[in-house]
Order: sequence, then C-alpha cells, then structure tokens
Amino acid sequence: MKKLLRIFIKNMGKADRDQTIAEKIFSSHSGKNVYAGDFVLANLDLVMAHDTTCAWALEPFYKIAKKVWDKKKIFIPFDHAYPAPNTEMASLQSAIRKFADEQGIPVTTDGVCHQIMSERFINPGNLILGADSHSPTGGGLGALTIGVGSTDAAIAMATGICWFKVPPTVRIEINGKLPKGVFSKDVVLNVAKSIGPDGGNYKVLEYGGETVCSFNVPERLTLTNMSAEMGAKAAIVEPDENTSEYLVKNNRAYKFNKSDLASDKKANYEKIMRFDISSLEPLIAKPPDIDNVAKVSEVEKEKIKLDQIFIGSCTNCRIEDLDIVASIWKNRKLHPGLRVIVTPASKLVYLQALQKGYVKFFMELGAVVTNPGCGPCLGRHQGVLADNEVCVSTSNRNFTGRMGSPKALIYLASPATAAASAITGFITDPRNYLS
Amino acid sequence: MNWIFGDNINTDLITPGRFNITTDPLKLASIAFIEYRPEFHKNVKKGDFIVAGENFGCGSSRETAAIALKHRHIKAILAKSFARIFFRNSLNLGLLLVNADTDGIDKDDVLILDIKNQVLINKTKKNKKKISIPSMMLRLNKDGGIIPYLQKHGLNHLSDLERF
Repeated sequence: MKKLLRIFIKNMGKADRDQTIAEKIFSSHSGKNVYAGDFVLANLDLVMAHDTTCAWALEPFYKIAKKVWDKKKIFIPFDHAYPAPNTEMASLQSAIRKFADEQGIPVTTDGVCHQIMSERFINPGNLILGADSHSPTGGGLGALTIGVGSTDAAIAMATGICWFKVPPTVRIEINGKLPKGVFSKDVVLNVAKSIGPDGGNYKVLEYGGETVCSFNVPERLTLTNMSAEMGAKAAIVEPDENTSEYLVKNNRAYKFNKSDLASDKKANYEKIMRFDISSLEPLIAKPPDIDNVAKVSEVEKEKIKLDQIFIGSCTNCRIEDLDIVASIWKNRKLHPGLRVIVTPASKLVYLQALQKGYVKFFMELGAVVTNPGCGPCLGRHQGVLADNEVCVSTSNRNFTGRMGSPKALIYLASPATAAASAITGFITDPRNYLS
Repeated sequence: MNWIFGDNINTDLITPGRFNITTDPLKLASIAFIEYRPEFHKNVKKGDFIVAGENFGCGSSRETAAIALKHRHIKAILAKSFARIFFRNSLNLGLLLVNADTDGIDKDDVLILDIKNQVLINKTKKNKKKISIPSMMLRLNKDGGIIPYLQKHGLNHLSDLERF
C-alpha cells in the first residue's frame, strides 16, 4: 500500500504558461503542471521532525502505519533542548529515540535542524517538509522547504507525500550595494517592517535582485529563515553559481538545470515589492513583534541597559556571522556583568570556530560558548530570561515570553549589532566598531 | 461565553515554550494562555468561543497550541484570518476554525454558529454575519480530524481530500 501512494512522475511536457520557481517545484513533484491555487499531492524528498515536534508525531504515526516510507528520507535532529535540561525533555527525547531505533533512523544531535539540513541534505529543486516553523530557511538553496505541524509530519513519514495548495508567489526585489555595518539581517528586517507578521501568510516569498544575487548562501539563509516570521509558507532564492559553490564546499556537487529552477519571464506573481538598500542603516526589531523595526542609531539614544546577548540560532550563527563578531571584539573587552552566549548553529560551525581560534578568544573575553543547537532562542535552556531582563538576540522571534519570562524584552538584530552591544552593555550601532 | 483576543495571537501566548514539554493533551490543555490570559486558563468552559482578529496562531509550528485549545473543548475559534501552520494543525486535529468578521462581538454576546447556512448569528446584538469554513475542514471535523479519517478510510484516501 505504501508503494501505491508514491506519485508516479511521468514526463509532463512543457507547461502551457509561464511558471514561478515554486510552481515548477510543485509540478515536478506532483506529476502535473500546476499553478497557484491548484491542489496537489506531492512526493517529498525529505521529512524532518525534531526533539519537540517528533514527540507529538509518534501517536498519530502509529495509528496509521508501522514503518516509515523510507528511513533514509527521514531526518530526526535533537536541537531544541539538547542535552535534555529536565526530565520532561528527557522523556520526550527518550520516546523519540525509541521510535528512531525501531525505524532504523539515526538521531542527529549536532546542530540546529535547518543548518544541518542546509549543510548536508537540501539540494536545489527539492520539496521538503519540516515540522518546524522556520523550515522556509532551506529555500536559500533554491528548494521548497515547508513548515508543518506534527500530524502532517506523521502522515508524511508514513507515506512520503503531502497535500498542498500551490501558493501564490510574492517577488521581493532587493537592489543596491550594502552600506557599511548593514547585513542580510538588516535587509530582511527592512522587508519585515514593510510586510508585517502576516504579509507572507500562505505565500511563497521569492527573493531576487542584485543584492540577493551578491549574497552567499549563508546570507540568503538569513532572508529565507526570517520569512517564517512574515507567515510565509516557503521562501526561495533562485539557485546560481553561489549555490553551486556552497554545495561543492559542503561535499555535494549537485548539478541542477538553472532554467528548471528560475521563474519564467511572464510568471504570475501576486505582487512584486522593490527595495533599494543602498542607504539602509542597521535595524533592530523591538519587542514584541517582528515588524516593530527601528534604526539602531535611534534606539541607541535610549541607552537601553542589557542583561544578555545571544549570538546564535538558525538565523545567524554560521561561521560568516562569527567572523563579524570576532572582528568587532578584536582588541576590545565585553561589558562586565553582561551575559554573552554564543551558540554555533552546527558542529561544523563549532569546529570552524575552534580552528579560527574564536572559541578560545570568546571564552577569554568572558562569553559562554555552548554546544551547537537552538540554544536559549525558545526559552528552554542555556540562558532563560528573568522578569524585566533585556536581551539582544540574533535569532528570529521576539514574542512575549519567547526566551523565558513574559516580562523580559527581546530585541532582534544582526550579529554585528549584537557584538557591538556586548561591548557597551546597551543597544549600540555597530558602524563605529567595524574597521 | 466568548474570549476576545486581538490580532497576531501567537503560539507562544497560547502554549508558552517553557511549559509545552509534554505529549499529554490534558496537561497541554491546562497551560492554554497560562500567562497571557490567566482568566481563560481558570474559567474557560466547554462550548465557549474564542473570538480574534487577524493571523490567529502565528509563530511556531507546535501543534500543542491547537491540541491545548481542542482539549479545552472550545466550540470554535472565530477569527478574521488564521496563520497557515495553525490552520493545518487545527484541520488535522478536528478543531473548528471559522473565518468571520469578528468586529463588534463582546464577551457576553450569545452566538449561534449556523454551519449549514454559513452564518454567525449574534442573538444579543441581533445581527447575522456570513462566515466561511473550508469544506475540507467540515469534512475532517466530522471524523474528528485527519488521523481518524485515514484510520477509517485507509491511507490511500489522502487523495480524496482534493474533492472535499
């Protein structure tokens, strides 16, 4: 019965009208040429569920299946709170481990799910389901990576397929040369300010334009990651030479046909939004919403006293981010009394940081370098905030209560702004700290 | 009664990350809005409505938000719009979501949900508003969610969803 469910993909011939990248990927995985609004059942290339969402997938899974559809296509990372900080998390992880053992699936424990998937699994043109809201991250590699809940993940683990309504695409064109001190995080906060927390709901955000083309994959992953905060079903960047370079660097020289993964000239976009970033300043999202965005230079004037800096998460803790942090901290001291937590996004990033001497350097400055994972981003361990504490975080979500006490305040910014703020102890414009 | 909320009610407000580390639905039910609306947590009754604005359920993919509200036996969540993953989770779990113009509904208003005619009758305010509930949601709701549906009809019936 499991075999029957897989959708037979035949040669579909040319689509009768121009398509977006998203429509092309849904077509190649559903065996018919489809467009925004169509209902599809599609074959999945990979299904991910982590140490929280996988726990809730077990009961629904065993109600409808005994074995997963393909153990090589299921990815189970423990990242949200690993090693387990309390008996509750330990119990969830123990239940998942039992399931993984029964199914012959290895459990991965060395980094944030989206980072590991980008480093090891995602190829351009893939259709991937992730039981995590930040699943759009993988779109930085030119794939469709879609977030769902645990029941959808359970059905997908059993069958290898999922139903979708093909979403409309909003094209986000970003042009201009990045000014000093401005990074992809600032660029995407600028987009979030304009789109708001639901502007991407049920849609694909397709990023393009000269700025996006000039971004390397890690920078693109920050754009696609933050798209989850705008409600996006998926986010995507057309794969190109930078994508190929990243794939080669990460040990998989995957060849893809560029025209299969680029939107056609007359593709139907729901909307095209244009941003010129040539005079953008460093930005910060003030609590408790992603679109509550202000210039760091303005917020700096308020002299907001900080208790914690978190440099981590699937948004911004790749080696390129730590390069920026290290360059800002060079020959400087961190503000005493401030808790500075650095959580590399993966084991690879951790090892790169070790090799570059950053781990020693950060520790000697007084920062805490944790094992790779989600760190304190979701308020479960490794830096939970108390009442009235204020944190600058490089992560993606500043909701009330996200990192601990509902009375704590979370400001979201780039690694550069976080690093500069770690020196002064209040929210600080990084431009004076960059050489 | 009706529990009135604004726009962008996120999953961290519904089931905060620090508390939702259990798979026991009743424990999850007991943490619904535990910090954001402690009165809800204490006084919600079977058959109550949640009435909200735009983008209800935004944020995390955690199904606990929908599980917790389902096991509080909410009759339905009425909102101007729902966040995508929360919508899918509710669809899968058999928690009824209703798209409606929720302006002007107060906590003590007597609401009647006429699913057949897709109208919401406010007996207190003496008005009727059109609502919309996707047919897939109504169909899956009948079986109590997608898992009972697939258990009853078989996994191959996943493809039937298109026709609902």
